[in-house]
Parts: sequence; C-alpha cells; structure tokens
Amino acid sequence: MSMTTAPAEDPTKLAEFESRLNAGETIEPKDWMPEKYRKQLIRMMSQHAHSEIVGMLPEGNWITRAPSLRRKMVLLAKVQDEAGHGLYIYCGTETLNVSREELVDQLLTGKAKYSSIFNYPTLTWADIGVIGWFVDGAAIVNQTMLAKTSYGPYARAMIRICKEENFHKRQGYEICSVLSNGTPAQKAMVQDAVNRWWWPSLMMFGPSDAASPNSAELMRWRVKKETNDALRQRFVNLTIPQALAINLTVPDPGLRYDAETENWEFGAIDWSEFQQVIAGNGPCNRERLAARRKAHDDGAWVREAAEAHAARQAAKAQSSAA
Amino acid sequence: MSDTQWPLWEVFTQEGEGAPHEHAGSVHATDAEHAIQNARDVYARRGKVVSLWVVPTESISASSPGDAGPLFDPGSDKAYRHPQFYKSPRGVKIF
Amino acid sequence: MTEPASASVTEHAGARAAGPTAGDASNPLFEFLCRMGDDRLILGQRLAQWCGHAPILEEDIALTNFSLDFVGQAAAFLKLAGEAEGQGRDEDALAFLRDENAFRNAKLVELPNGDFAFTLVRQYFFDAWDVLLLDALSRSTHATLAGIAAKALKEAKYHVRHSAGWVLRLGDGTEESHRRTQQALNELWSYTGELFESDEVERALAADGVVPSFASLRAPWETAVRDLLAQATLVIPDDARVVTGGRRGRHTEYLGHMLAEMQILPRSHPGATW
Repeated sequence: MSMTTAPAEDPTKLAEFESRLNAGETIEPKDWMPEKYRKQLIRMMSQHAHSEIVGMLPEGNWITRAPSLRRKMVLLAKVQDEAGHGLYIYCGTETLNVSREELVDQLLTGKAKYSSIFNYPTLTWADIGVIGWFVDGAAIVNQTMLAKTSYGPYARAMIRICKEENFHKRQGYEICSVLSNGTPAQKAMVQDAVNRWWWPSLMMFGPSDAASPNSAELMRWRVKKETNDALRQRFVNLTIPQALAINLTVPDPGLRYDAETENWEFGAIDWSEFQQVIAGNGPCNRERLAARRKAHDDGAWVREAAEAHAARQAAKAQSSAA
Repeated sequence: MSDTQWPLWEVFTQEGEGAPHEHAGSVHATDAEHAIQNARDVYARRGKVVSLWVVPTESISASSPGDAGPLFDPGSDKAYRHPQFYKSPRGVKIF
Repeated sequence: MTEPASASVTEHAGARAAGPTAGDASNPLFEFLCRMGDDRLILGQRLAQWCGHAPILEEDIALTNFSLDFVGQAAAFLKLAGEAEGQGRDEDALAFLRDENAFRNAKLVELPNGDFAFTLVRQYFFDAWDVLLLDALSRSTHATLAGIAAKALKEAKYHVRHSAGWVLRLGDGTEESHRRTQQALNELWSYTGELFESDEVERALAADGVVPSFASLRAPWETAVRDLLAQATLVIPDDARVVTGGRRGRHTEYLGHMLAEMQILPRSHPGATW
C-alpha cells in the first residue's frame, strides 16, 4: 500500500496523480493519493455521513405524530433511507483506512462537524414537508455534483443515494402543497415553516467561495466540481418557481428575477448566524449530540453482546471441527 | 471486550435471476447470518434483489494498482482473442 | 417494571360507556380485524421510537423496516375492518379517531420499549406467534383477509429470523446482556397469554373457517419459544398469570399517552386533509 504519512509528497507521484485527475480518471482506494486528498475526503465524506445520521433526529421527531398512516410510512421510509445513506458513506469513508469506530468517535466528541441545518428544530408537521422540499432539494443539487466526484467509492455511494432520494423531495413538496391548499391553519403552518427554513437551507451550500477555506483545493482535485455559490444559485432557481406554484413566499424582500442572467437574485445571507450554529450555538446542537451519545452509550452492551456471542459460536465451530 | 462497530463485510447483490452478483457496498455484522440480515435491510430494501453474498472484507485479496501494467496490459494487444480478428467470405453467416 | 394498576382489571363500572364497539361481538369480523390492525399499528409505533436511537446503525435500519412492515400491515387490516364495519370509516379514521378503549391490541405491544433486550424479546414473542397466526389466516375462507395475511406472512418470516437472532445473541452474549434479557423475559412472560385467549369473536369466526382457533397456536408457539430460549440459555419464569384485557379495550396506562401523541394532528385539525 503506497499511502504515505510523509508531509512532503513525492513530486513525480503527485504529478501523475494530478494528470490522472485532469484526464477525468477515477481514484480508487488502493491508488496512490496525496495525504491531503485523503484527509480532505475523510473530512468531507464523514461530515456528509454524520449529517445523514444526525438528520434522522429532527425528522424522527415527527414519525410518531405523522397525521395519516400513509404519511407515517413515507416518513419512516425516508428516515430509514437517511440511516442507509449514512451507512453507505461511512463504508465509503472506511476505504480510506479509517474505521467507523473512529468516525463515530469524532462525531460524538464534537471533533467532526455535520450539516448545521440539523441543528434547527422541527416545530410543526409542516417542517417535515419543508425539510423534504428544501433540505433534500439542496442535498440533491449537491449530491448530483458529487456523483461525479473523483473518488470512486464516494461517487458510487452518491449514485446510489441520488437514485433513492428522488422521492424525498417529492414527498416533501407534496406535503407542502397539500398544506398550502388546506385549512387556514394549515396554510399558516406551512408558510411559517418556509419562513424558518429558507435561510438555513441556503446556508447548507456552505460559505461563499471567497470565504470557503477548502473550496479551491477540493475543486482542483475534482472532489467538488462546482462552487458553493453556483450550487446555491441553482437551488434558488429551482425552488422559487415551485414556491410560487403553491402560493408560498420566501422571506426575502430582496428577491427578484433577473431576466438577463435568468437567475433569481436573492438577498445577503446572514453568515454570522451560520458561524454561530457551526460553533455549537444553534438551537439544537446540544440536543442532537446528546441524543447520539445516549444511543451510542445505551447500545454499548448490545454491540458487545453480539460480538461475544459470535466469538463463542466461532470457538464452538472450531473445536467441533478439530 | 472492547466496544466496536463490528467487523466489516462486503455485500454483493444479484438484481434479477441470471444476473451476476455485483458489489453493492458493505455492512458491519458479527457473523455471516447477521451480515446477510443486515445486508438485506440495507441493500435490498427496494425489492429488486433476488440473492445476496456477504464476504468478510479482510478475506478479499485485490490486485494492487502497481500491478495494473503486468496484469492487464498484455491482454489488450491480443487481437486474435476477438472475433473481429477473423475474416470470412462476404455473405456467409458464421453464426 | 411494575405492573400497571389497570393490568388485571377486566371489567369495572362504566364498561358500557367504553365507546361504540367496546366488548361488542355483534360484528366479530370487524372486531377481529381491529385486533389485527391495532396490534400492528401499536407495535409499529413503538418500534418507530427506536429510529435514530438504536445501538448501531444497521439496527436503526432493521427496526425501521419492522416498523414500516407493521404500519403497512395495519393499514391493510384496518382498511378491511372499515369495510367490514360498513359505516364509512377508513383506516385513518380507525387509527386516528378512535379512543383508547376502542383499541383492540394486546397489551404486550403497547408496553414501553424498555431497553433493547425488552424490545427484542417482546418482538420475538410477537413474531413467533405472528408467523403461526398469519400462516393459518393465509388459508382463511375470507379471501381478502387470506390475501393480506399471505403477504404479511412473508414479512413475518423475516421478522422472526431477525428477532430470534437477537434473543440468541443477547441471551448467550455477555453477563450483562444475559441479565437484561432474562429480566425482560420475566417481565414480558405474563403478557403473552393474551395472544392465545379464546372468546366469542374467535368462536363466531372460527366456525366459518375465517380464523383458526387461537388456543391451537399455543403449542407450536411454545415449542418454538422454548427451543430458542434454551439455546439462548434463558429460563421461562414461573409465572402463570395471564395479563389480559386489551382485546376488550381495557389497556395499560401506557396506551393513552401513545395515542395522544399519535393522534394529535387529526384530532386538533378536524376534517383537514394531510
């Protein structure tokens, strides 16, 4: 295995690596890669996986209160998909020589980040609709790009995830559409949810490229193929007509359509709020991590029991074979 | 016993009778039966899968990228392994 | 867990005020289908509470699968129940607009989840019964019921494989897991008898070949359960009590809280669609 921990990379290997990337080739686990590439991937992939896992919590908050059996099943299936997607991406990350134990530990100790969107509370049923519509909508824009990322296991996980997440956004938009056409109380509920989730959803794409410390390197190595700002603009352009179609407005007085660029221009994002949430001061940071820690701690005896049982069975099988 | 996330298994799924088993991803599990169950829940929950294989990840041997030249390049210049290499009289159907 | 005060109460003053269907065997098919639907709905709701909180990611996914299967089965049985009742109630009306005492699930499924051992031992007891019941129902003279049961049976066969695997792992795992699993078994055992209880509903339907004799499922269930528990080094407690009442709408104190949560949206927005 040619992975090196040396800080200075072999220039020949590095040149070869970059020419492979420029030729559009895919990097596979056993291929030589600069340590920095490996680190960036681990950071980005694990952050993505953690986001799926923590993301189960705000939506899980409404599974037991879903207003119809159909909605309950759809939400269960969706939250289950989040778990599955977290699992796919963890597995992809494990190909970079880092174990899931380490990754989980980094999440639980606060060393690793997850998407700040999941630090906002789900206060009403409409939040479930808006999360599907905005948050999954934003995720799809991002993940469609990542399906072409240069690291093979990440790209393959993304392709699988994109296929499966197709229904996530649709079910969310359907919920919002039904609520918007429902009783006055339902209409008010969904407009309020849109108002609360709009700006945090735009922040999901990360800081403006000028202010994004990792963006340039990730682009150069084709881990990311488009800038945060470009992806954010695509999301806004997709979403505004959808909002208008179901008579909902986004809380941005500066919003206007620019016929020349064919973009929906939006107002300035309050990045201080983003920084606050990233720093751990969002509305639910503590609750989210506490819930994950509790699940992990409460589950320790179960994980140990399964291993103990398997070890005993293996020993039995061996002694009966001997 | 220390707390772990359990050993890693590679999962191969067959999507339809007669199709090959293809690598789908991996799961963590403590034994083979457990791995099949977990693989079923993770990789077969959308119902196309008709069969599953699970293999401990550590049991898989893989060629290394440095071997790509000697292992695979020689195969690419043996034109006589391909049907297009052979000529047959115009108008004759060989198969 | 101490047994809730209401557990052994089967009749008391006010029984007649228990709602439109309480204790009413005049429509046994409706009664039975509510039992089938409610067992699954309540158990599905309990399992859903694990989502995001399971011991390991793979198990989050597995328990959510179970929950999904059960809610789906509940929808099918309750839809059929509504048709059997013939008063225009669909599966959602039955799930979200009935009061606690109109629910017909066994008490076993409404108990809080407890720890993972409690959830999985409960699950195994239910699943081991469910495969027998659904297998018999798949041969019911009621064609629609037989169809739903046949489809559910496929799911149940997987459920029991998974839950039995866990009872084995936990019972024959570490000292702590063994202790917790034995404890769960001790607490749950007396709740299993209700699954096999015979009554007017069963007799009316069994006469026409719609349902099997519930008591007839007991022997094969016990054989399977005893075999697995022995392998798991667990001991069936010396506890002959049969906690019952759920089938007549006499529940534990836990169900009301669960329904309050589950039903809040349709109840607080009457007539709204979702």
